Amino acid sequence: MSLQVELEQHRNTLIVRLRGELDHHTADQVRFKIEDAFLRGRCHHVVLNLQELSFMDSSGLGVVLGRYKTVSSRGGKLVVCGAQPAVKRLFELSGLLKMLPFHETETAALSGLEVVS
Amino acid sequence: MSGRDFMKLSFTSRSENEAFARVAVAAFVSRLDPTLEQIQDLKTVVSEAVTNAIIHGYEGREDGIIEVEVEIEGDTVSLAVTDRGKGIEDVELARQPLYTSRPELERSGMGFTIMENFMDEFEIDSAPGAGTRLRMKKRIESKKALYN
Repeated sequence: MSLQVELEQHRNTLIVRLRGELDHHTADQVRFKIEDAFLRGRCHHVVLNLQELSFMDSSGLGVVLGRYKTVSSRGGKLVVCGAQPAVKRLFELSGLLKMLPFHETETAALSGLEVVS
Repeated sequence: MSGRDFMKLSFTSRSENEAFARVAVAAFVSRLDPTLEQIQDLKTVVSEAVTNAIIHGYEGREDGIIEVEVEIEGDTVSLAVTDRGKGIEDVELARQPLYTSRPELERSGMGFTIMENFMDEFEIDSAPGAGTRLRMKKRIESKKALYN
């Protein structure tokens, strides 16, 4: 019952892969790790790969919304990919599904950004 | 399933217990043979309710007591989550989508909206200083019933 955060930088984009369960208990470490890597790597965009995320609640929505604010305040884009149906339903309910670009795969998310940057 | 079945959990207001509570409730309810989506809904709702008790009820204190009660009667699951924390000043305001009393914590303000959407019935009993009790119901259509 934990969460693993995998970070990889691809040109000006930070790729974040989450595995496990994102709730209030695990939210802080995700927030700090993404924020730290994003600022230190001087990244412009973030791709959030949720393919291996088996659970998320509204604390997770708060984390995504917070990163969206950081990234967009610096002129970048936050893109989500691979979200499972239950996770996607939460994004839909909160209105985030309309605010953020969603892709099926990480490759699609990255190629979408290359057009942008 | 016929007859009535019941369980009650009592645990401290530590954030590790959010996962414990939702997994325990899912395990108890699995006897109704719910769909994966229904189990996910229930787990999310338990997580929201317990997180609220920790963050808002006990304001992060780890020595509060949270109780989770689950009753199964026929195909209906009743869930109650109770804390003896500080209670809610304005219940109607708290129910508004995207409202959060703690914006500094990067909350989404979607907890009550999710609980209302994922359950068939949802009630809040709360008073300042007297804690909060959330009561909810959801009808489970078992996979067996769907296939028969």
